[in-house]
Amino acid sequence: MGKIRQRLYFIGVFILLSIISLVPRNQKMRIRDATTGTMKDTTVRRVPINLGLDLQGGIHLALEVDQSKGPVPDCADAIQRAERVVRTRIDEFGTTEPVVQIQGRCRLIVELAGEKDPARAKSVVQRTAFLEFRITDMKGLFKDALPQIDAALRRAGVKSRGAAAPSAVAQLFGGDTAKAERDSATDANTPGVLSSLLFQGQLPGEYLVPEEQSTLVDSLLNRPDVRAAMPRGIELRWGSQSESRGARRYRALYAVEARPIITGEELVKATARRDPVTNQSVVPFQLSHRGARKFSDETARHINDYMAIILDGRVQGQPPVIRSQIGANGQIELGAKPLQEASDLALVLRAGALPAPLTIIDEKTIGASLGADSIRDGVRAGVVGVLLVIVIMIGYYRMAGALAVASLTLYCLFTLAGLAAFGFTLTLPGLAGFVLSIGIAVDANVLIFERIREELVHGKSLRLAVDDGFLHAMNAIVDSNVSTVLTALILYAVGTGPVQGFAITLIIGIAASMISAIFVVKTLFLIWLYRRPDMVTLSI
Amino acid sequence: MIRLFANANYDFIKWRRWAFSLTGGIMLVGLVFLLTRGLNYSIEFTGGTLIQVEVHKKVETGVIRAALDNVGLNGAEIATFGSDTSYVIRARLAHSAGTTEETSSEAVAAAVGRALDQSVGPGQYTISRTEAVGPKVGRELQGKALMAILLSFVVTLIYLAFRFEWRFGLAAVVATAHDVVATVAFISVMHLEVSLIVVGAVLTVVGYSLNDTIIIFDRVRENLRKYRRQNLYEILNLSINETLPRSVLTHGTTIATTLSLLILAGEVIRPFAWVMSFGIFTGTFSSIYIAAPVLLWIEKRWPGEDARGARVFGSRAPATPSVPTPPATSPSQPRTPQPAR
Repeated sequence: MGKIRQRLYFIGVFILLSIISLVPRNQKMRIRDATTGTMKDTTVRRVPINLGLDLQGGIHLALEVDQSKGPVPDCADAIQRAERVVRTRIDEFGTTEPVVQIQGRCRLIVELAGEKDPARAKSVVQRTAFLEFRITDMKGLFKDALPQIDAALRRAGVKSRGAAAPSAVAQLFGGDTAKAERDSATDANTPGVLSSLLFQGQLPGEYLVPEEQSTLVDSLLNRPDVRAAMPRGIELRWGSQSESRGARRYRALYAVEARPIITGEELVKATARRDPVTNQSVVPFQLSHRGARKFSDETARHINDYMAIILDGRVQGQPPVIRSQIGANGQIELGAKPLQEASDLALVLRAGALPAPLTIIDEKTIGASLGADSIRDGVRAGVVGVLLVIVIMIGYYRMAGALAVASLTLYCLFTLAGLAAFGFTLTLPGLAGFVLSIGIAVDANVLIFERIREELVHGKSLRLAVDDGFLHAMNAIVDSNVSTVLTALILYAVGTGPVQGFAITLIIGIAASMISAIFVVKTLFLIWLYRRPDMVTLSI
Repeated sequence: MIRLFANANYDFIKWRRWAFSLTGGIMLVGLVFLLTRGLNYSIEFTGGTLIQVEVHKKVETGVIRAALDNVGLNGAEIATFGSDTSYVIRARLAHSAGTTEETSSEAVAAAVGRALDQSVGPGQYTISRTEAVGPKVGRELQGKALMAILLSFVVTLIYLAFRFEWRFGLAAVVATAHDVVATVAFISVMHLEVSLIVVGAVLTVVGYSLNDTIIIFDRVRENLRKYRRQNLYEILNLSINETLPRSVLTHGTTIATTLSLLILAGEVIRPFAWVMSFGIFTGTFSSIYIAAPVLLWIEKRWPGEDARGARVFGSRAPATPSVPTPPATSPSQPRTPQPAR
């Protein structure tokens, strides 16, 4: 009896530990307050089992450093710095339990559970958010260099092909462009490939390009011979939006100084609000002391010049004129864009710029209702599967089968507790693995019961048959389970996300079944034999 | 007490040639399918965009397909997913696609949105799932999946060589390789989509089949020590018969759970459940008809030190690289062997 009591204590401790790890507990989450739009900590009470994105819905992104515009020498370092920035942004973003982690060397995984707006999430994560202020080309250096650029293009044999250079007048007045295009193909006297596409804007350094020509202009500007012909200290930046003048839409192209007077690094605060007068979304910002000093020095030197606010290489709005020295405070105007966009911009500006642009290489979005359906279906399949197993086991093994079924409930408890205790995530394949492992979990009991039957057939006493049955079945149980664990470990090592979830559930399930099917069932058998010492036949 | 197949005494091994022909035939069919139709890889492997849509009222697939063609997604596949108000649209990456992956997946998502607005009407559908995978990730996954299966073979071989003897390990691996090939043939014939989850299912089949083979081999190991007068043929038959009740019970409970997954657990898990259900059959089959005959053949080809070389498994540690017998299985009381035939 002492031995049984010891075993019971042991099982009791296990059950207690499992229950403790499954007790609903308070968890802190950062949630966006619906009324004020600010982030605040909220505590939620729930069972501490993490559900994978496929079960609760959400967004999974895999990002890498964008190497398409030239190689990045140390991508591991870039990703590590990007991880810190993205984490800061996501913490402000307002999802519960976000995952931001580096996978391998140069890959960043971002998982946002429950997030419903993938486009917004992507823009917050992916946006480089590199802010800079540059003075526009006040001296007209780019304009002076245009003939040279055109000459360079002509030398390279670039003709104004197709729609490239219809006469500017015809275009501006919305004339018969199709005819003009045909004419222009043979026109050798075009004023210049590039200059014919550019129209002087309202302020120094501003040029307008017809919307449909902007990709062509962009490709021309990226040519090495054009880059070489560019005046020193001047760069070109596109405007962020296109605007309509008359019947056509134009995109602004700005010639700006290559040296920024200040960058977003000096920014300490950014908020979003709607200007009550103009009804525009604006992002007021504040600079650090050092930044403010630099900014006021520079702006003092550039009174009456135009200053382009450039975010991720795009000029935001029309560059304002500097009327007087500017100190620590300024604002970015976003026009008619919604306030949400302004607050996201403020968020990424506060969190800082990414060290390098990131590109999304893998993206998954799962709707919350789909996840809920998956849980419902998975649980239903699990319940039916378990019921079938119970029917088979009790129908075949009677009392012994009932003991195995009793231990099966402990098996479920242990597995769930294992998932909670080690902080593993339950995914949909994991749920399937769990259901499957219930079928496999009884294998140990089947092996033991068959052995006991064999020992009984060989005429052993009940007690000896039970002991030998457990003992002799051990070898097969250990060998078969170890080989299963080995394949599961390989799955875990090689797989990603959902497959890892499956492997984890399988491994925890096997460990749990070792305890429940062997130790618990043996204890139940010992109690059974102890209470019925006069029993001659075993209900097995 | 109910006893299924108690004291069963079937000559399983006798039918091995029939079994080989049967499985060879099945594999030939699978091979034909594999060569003519290939495997239906999911976008996780090929790269591309998948969009699952729930429409609020039923729409003909043809209507959506026409709309997809209309917006320029000629290569996109559309299929109902579970119910007839749920669709999955797949646009795989063309191999020669020159565009960068990001723009193309964005473009596909936008184009699908336009096609749905045309065919179903704006607001009449919800997009419940999107996946966009770049070609790089897909290539990586293909390599990883193949490596996982090969790695599991190597690890198993080493473990079985360590726990039993290399002959057993080899026979078990041959049986398991048979299961992988048979399962791939099944996947091809059923035209199941090969996703990561399905690769996981194949690996689970590997584990399950090994498990089953090991249970029988464990009994063979034990019986070889117990009955020194019988040859390996008889021992194999005896062991399979002795473990038959266990096989029936365990496979019964596992089939019960996989069938409930297959029928009830929803569309995402269904390919997994198909592969598992088939894997249980092939795993059971191969443990009896591939692993055991192959062990017999290996024993003939590379016999142990004497004519009854199989006998030395476990009992003569220095002669073979096997592991000393665990004391638990050493029979303490010699009994008369049961007739094996």
